[in-house]
Amino acid sequence: MNYNKNPLTPHLQVYRWQISSLLSITHRIVGVVNFLLMILFCSWLILIFLNQDFLVLGKEVFASFFGNFIILSVCWTFSFFVLNEIRHLVWDLGYGFDVKISKISGFAVLIGSFVLAVIIYKLGGFFL
Amino acid sequence: MAEFSLPSNSKIIKGDYYQDKTGSKNIKKVNVYRWNPEDDKNPRIDTFEVDMSNCGPKVLDILFKIKNELDPSLTFRRSCAHGVCGSCAMNVDGVNTLSCIKSHSDIKGDLNIYPLPHLRVVKDLIGDLSNLYKQYESIQPWLKTSKTSKEKEEIIQSQKDRSKLDGYYECILCACCSTSCPSYWWNGDKYLGPAVLLQAYRWINDSRDEEKNERLKKVADELKLYRCHTIMNCTNSCPKGLNPAKAIASIKKMLATS
Repeated sequence: MNYNKNPLTPHLQVYRWQISSLLSITHRIVGVVNFLLMILFCSWLILIFLNQDFLVLGKEVFASFFGNFIILSVCWTFSFFVLNEIRHLVWDLGYGFDVKISKISGFAVLIGSFVLAVIIYKLGGFFL
Repeated sequence: MAEFSLPSNSKIIKGDYYQDKTGSKNIKKVNVYRWNPEDDKNPRIDTFEVDMSNCGPKVLDILFKIKNELDPSLTFRRSCAHGVCGSCAMNVDGVNTLSCIKSHSDIKGDLNIYPLPHLRVVKDLIGDLSNLYKQYESIQPWLKTSKTSKEKEEIIQSQKDRSKLDGYYECILCACCSTSCPSYWWNGDKYLGPAVLLQAYRWINDSRDEEKNERLKKVADELKLYRCHTIMNCTNSCPKGLNPAKAIASIKKMLATS
């Protein structure tokens, strides 16, 4: 029988989010964001080489409240991506597939990413 | 590209409301996905007020009660009612499970029952699984051996080798895992999905099978296997407590190390 004209059953609309699926999609989005941020950051460095005024401009932007917020967000996207990637690498070695353990590691990554973000942010402030 | 929203003929509309007539004080509202191929309408959600004082403990008991007492046209698959056959797999309270072993008292508030996600509806809670069965056939789920006649009568397997199949042979192909997987939703035509890959692993891992390498070669494909991104919805939904994500990771590991 050809069921192609039959309706499609709801999927994303009804499926309950789990910590694992939530982290999985976040990992993807954060990966793309990090990629774009790297390009932006590198273009900024190149611009500084061309004209030193961009260094001052960048410093001014980063000193503002908005700039600070951006820096903290970048710290988070970076730490989340690194921590969750470690989780994925452990999975690739064949460990941590138990339902309970994967849940615990998921929460650990989530909480750890915030902690690591604040640590990086504070360390950066300390050195500047 | 993945289609995140439902096509226009699949958008859900408001359905009928079946008010309780028993006067019971122990009422649960049950929302059930309905679609009838015989009329040209969109799928709808019917709400049934079910008297829980006179109802069995499982979600399947609720469905039977609705079918027997409220609306005999409600259509769903079921057979054994003991979690062995895998017929009554559906999406209960947002997660795929077997309705015959899912207790409804765990679920607070209204109970939502949908068919397995991202399938073509046949009627009401029945989805069309023929794609999955075709994929299952493609991994050739039978013992392949060059042994003939007498040797073939009984192929001895050590207890240790037999124990390698534990956690895999129990799969009843209810399709809860495959239809819970977002990767399978977007690439179901090419990606084999957790259920079929778990079965593939079961045969790759069988000491009596002589075509392990051919099986591995066959499944080693960017789309067939590597569309698994370890989202883990499969393992979280398996009503038999099996671990398809681990089986897929084991296949990936075998391919990486062989």
